[in-house]
Amino acid sequence: MADKVTMPIEASHIMMFARSVNDDNQVYYDAEYAKKTEVGHILPPPTFYRAVAQYDPDYFLRPKVGQKWFGSAKGPTGIDEKPKSSGGLHAEQHFEYHQPVQPGDVLTVTTKPGKVWEKESKRAGKLTFTETIQEYRNQKGELVVTSRGVGVKTERPVDQG
Amino acid sequence: MALKKSQLKVGDVHEEVVVENLSRGLIVMYAGTSGDYNPLHSDEVYTTQVAGYPSVFAHGMLTMGLTGKMLTNYVGDGRLTKYGVRFTNQVWPGDTLTAKATVAEVRDDEVDLTLETVNQDGKTVVTGNATARIDA
Repeated sequence: MADKVTMPIEASHIMMFARSVNDDNQVYYDAEYAKKTEVGHILPPPTFYRAVAQYDPDYFLRPKVGQKWFGSAKGPTGIDEKPKSSGGLHAEQHFEYHQPVQPGDVLTVTTKPGKVWEKESKRAGKLTFTETIQEYRNQKGELVVTSRGVGVKTERPVDQG
Repeated sequence: MALKKSQLKVGDVHEEVVVENLSRGLIVMYAGTSGDYNPLHSDEVYTTQVAGYPSVFAHGMLTMGLTGKMLTNYVGDGRLTKYGVRFTNQVWPGDTLTAKATVAEVRDDEVDLTLETVNQDGKTVVTGNATARIDA
């Protein structure tokens, strides 16, 4: 993640995001409906903030112009060497909500690394955990959301037994 | 729509089926909206032949989003102050998930909830905690 990313909050993005988490609450779709609720406006679903990845020019899990992509194409992977790990998985995610957010807000998201630790597991070998802290501030400079994510790299694919 | 202190007690449970027979289509939609195009979630060829998993599987954040639907339906829109989860097992196409919130503590203006989402076999896929503002 780039250290600093600008995330404009847009109603159409909120609508599409709500669809993709199977949520038909009209507060995410209909400005007129939302106006009559306690909140008084469309707001993002609680997990929306990780979609900041869309606005990060460097985000590594998106195919990019002129670059090889490690997913399948003609062959099962588009890169020459076999990827070193089975890929990162998400181990934990925590949000704190400090102030309301609505379409039209422009958030500035700063990312800083947190702790790193290792653990042995029977199901996937050596696990390496990496923590990432993100702070979301609105156009007034107010802290609106804090996010703490923990990613894990596994030595081998997680055993399903 | 918000919860009221007078109507809450420790141990109260709210439970919802948040997705039935999870489709690869929904997982692809989530990739598109979140911006997370990790092939483990949308590329069956890569995931089975290179990564060594039996099929693509859902983003952890999709399961957290589905669980969040149950949560906001229960506590009301804009009422959450904290929401955190640990991803304990993968979620696969075809899964049916039930998300549950249990009241752990009631204060004057906030409620603490413990969260658990299970699949159709009763296996826990997410555990977590949330705090929401409540009315008197």
